[in-house]
Amino acid sequence: MDFTLKIWRQDGPQDEGRMETYPISDITGDMSFLEMMDVLNDKIIRDGQDPVAFDHDCREGICGMCSMFINGEAHGPNRKTTTCQLHMRSFKDGDTIYIEPWRAAAFPVVKDLAVDRSAFDRIIQSGGYVSVNSSGNPLDANAIPVPKDDADEAFNAATCIGCGACVATCKNASAMLFVSAKVSQLALLPQGQPERMNRVQRMVDQMDKEGFGNCTNTGACEVECPKGISLDNIARMNRDYLKSQVTGE
Amino acid sequence: MAQTGILKSSLAKKYAMAATGLFLCLFLVGHLAGNLQLFTAGADGGRQFNEYAKFMTTFPAVKILSYLTYFAVLFHLADGIVLSIQNRKARPVRYAMERPSTNAGWSSRNMMVLGTIVLVFLVTHMQNFWWQMHFGEIPMQKLDDGTMVKDLYSVVIAFFNPELNSFALLALGLYLLGQFALGFHLWHGFSSGFQSVGVRHPRYSAIIGLAGKAFSVVVPLLFSAIVVFMYFTQA
Repeated sequence: MDFTLKIWRQDGPQDEGRMETYPISDITGDMSFLEMMDVLNDKIIRDGQDPVAFDHDCREGICGMCSMFINGEAHGPNRKTTTCQLHMRSFKDGDTIYIEPWRAAAFPVVKDLAVDRSAFDRIIQSGGYVSVNSSGNPLDANAIPVPKDDADEAFNAATCIGCGACVATCKNASAMLFVSAKVSQLALLPQGQPERMNRVQRMVDQMDKEGFGNCTNTGACEVECPKGISLDNIARMNRDYLKSQVTGE
Repeated sequence: MAQTGILKSSLAKKYAMAATGLFLCLFLVGHLAGNLQLFTAGADGGRQFNEYAKFMTTFPAVKILSYLTYFAVLFHLADGIVLSIQNRKARPVRYAMERPSTNAGWSSRNMMVLGTIVLVFLVTHMQNFWWQMHFGEIPMQKLDDGTMVKDLYSVVIAFFNPELNSFALLALGLYLLGQFALGFHLWHGFSSGFQSVGVRHPRYSAIIGLAGKAFSVVVPLLFSAIVVFMYFTQA
């Protein structure tokens, strides 16, 4: 298959950046999108030019490292699919494909398609954990009974891989789906209760500090999320934050 | 408590947006109940309607409610502007290629535009009736017990009477446009308000969603039906 690729090129954080066009041919439908990018970069390197920088790691759809806004959608046209799990058979021969980095003030472009997502790390650091007393005999987590439904829902929230597709796809570049998943995975479990109110406050406040936009409940994040994280989590976070503000000191 | 505090946080702005928005939905119900009298108000020359209008502008409890409503409108507006500015700043570089319709509804993506149309409607609407009732020179009407009341009914029907107001058709069109925008604004806004304050439940969310859709269709439709009725029964 042959494609025309329109790719965002940006030499560094300070560079203005521009869209550049690359024709590519001899692509098979069984190649993943990232393998297609590898073929492109191989060609660019052989031509003695600077290859397109993009993030990737596990290429199994579980690490959250790959990104790319493909043809106007985060991770491309398929649902519940990361870019690495997107295959070229999802496109038609001769298609023009737009490839852009995640766009958000809180995700500055490092180079080309790679953006700095450390804002997510700082949100986790602000409260996305359970403090454990490591005195030598920590209580076994399995010793505390957890209702099956709660465990399942916590697990569903925990499947968030932190890729940032929610931010990229939100018209407001809001991080609510990510933050609410990270708040919920602990809020649903008994181990998360002692720090529950404190956690939601800290994480929401850090989210605001990072410059993400405000949620307007369009629901685009839920649709584009490769892990199918539900808006239920956002509602839970809204509830918890309200409670923490009303009952807090 | 965290340093940023509730008034600065993004969620607080959403709570305020939801609270004022849902309060204004209640206002719409009250306003609609009043307007529905216009279907039959002609029978007694508008006496009962005018008495009602006087009650709504003078009774202390209603006055308090009306000040709450003005406040809710202004707060909803100011909050919406702040949120929109912040949201634009959150994405300084736009995408070259966007396909927003693949993942979000039209009304949810255009709340600011719809809200602005509703605001323009509201300003003209208040100038046409609210201002006239409160500060304008309008005819008086004598009730059966001898008290004099402002004849708001005559002002309203004259406004939508093509023989008395050469702009009646334009007024009708703008009124319908305002209601159209209101309907789409509510289509997203009603259920969104519940989501913003965290009211979401596997069993009840579908009911809230349906109620929101029904509300956003029925309320503007009834408001519109009243003016269409007034226009065509006089045309």
